[in-house]
Amino acid sequence: MNCIPCAEYIIVALMIGSAILAVEWRDLLAAAVGMAAVSLFASILFFLLQAPDVAMTEAAIGAALSGAVVIFAIKRTQRFETEEEERPGWWIRW
Amino acid sequence: MVSVLKRSLAIITLLIIGYWLAQGLAGVPFGQDRMLVGKYYLENVKAQTGAVNAVTAIVVNYRGFDTLGEVTVLFIASTGVGALLWRRKKKRTAKTEGSVVLRTGSELLFPFILMFGTYIFIHGHLTPGGGFPGGATIATAFLILYMAFVDYEIPHRLFEPLEGLAGMGYVLVGLIGLAIGSYFLFDWIWQTWHWGAANLGRLFSGGFIPVIYTLIGLKVGTELSGIVDSMLTEEVRE
Repeated sequence: MNCIPCAEYIIVALMIGSAILAVEWRDLLAAAVGMAAVSLFASILFFLLQAPDVAMTEAAIGAALSGAVVIFAIKRTQRFETEEEERPGWWIRW
Repeated sequence: MVSVLKRSLAIITLLIIGYWLAQGLAGVPFGQDRMLVGKYYLENVKAQTGAVNAVTAIVVNYRGFDTLGEVTVLFIASTGVGALLWRRKKKRTAKTEGSVVLRTGSELLFPFILMFGTYIFIHGHLTPGGGFPGGATIATAFLILYMAFVDYEIPHRLFEPLEGLAGMGYVLVGLIGLAIGSYFLFDWIWQTWHWGAANLGRLFSGGFIPVIYTLIGLKVGTELSGIVDSMLTEEVRE
């Protein structure tokens, strides 16, 4: 059974899930990890779609370096989002 | 009431714009092979550039000027980070050292990551990859060292001149092409001298692609590790 297409669907679902988590998480350190996870899954997807050079760039820059830069920025500011007012969830905000 | 009016106005506008877009896209023949430029590149890439990897041949050779612009964008970004975070005297101020696993692993992996990055940009004309992924891989090697050790800093005296020299080298290669051939970034190694015509698909081939990709790899690697360095060091008061 040729299951490369369903692997692609699973990876896209994981990407969307980690993107939503990266937006929704109040702990910014966890949100940065979620953002890096989106890049990592995107890099696997690029590899499955036969673009290995883009996959390498995405893994090195998106998953490693940009995640590290965001984490350094969090280290210099604060770790948690301030709770000024209770925001509704993304399903209501729409 | 007002918000309902506003929202319905927005929805109507969206519908009109979407209708126009759909009308425009209806005339585009999807799924047909109209890639004439791509076909031309794939047929002529070996004879015209001497590179086996068509992607890097397009990026460095056919579209070399765009790549020079890309390098310039990265340079401006690095300059901006350096200007925003500039202090007279900077030092590492991290307090917690990495765990034993991270320290040992980083010492063990550092030369191999460096070697892999160098491999990626030297073999850019043969295998997938090139200067940008290779340089980014080298920068991640330095990032691991920064995370593992509290007092590690990149060799600034080596890296900053190297970055400038690599950028100037790219322009210099292009200017030599202008002097020998007829236009900026003319592939003088391949088109004038035909170096590497005998061993197509081996390391010493591909015209000036390996030369330029080595320069780009050095520039991107030193630049990105410079960004990491300026984000991790803090001002020291005398």
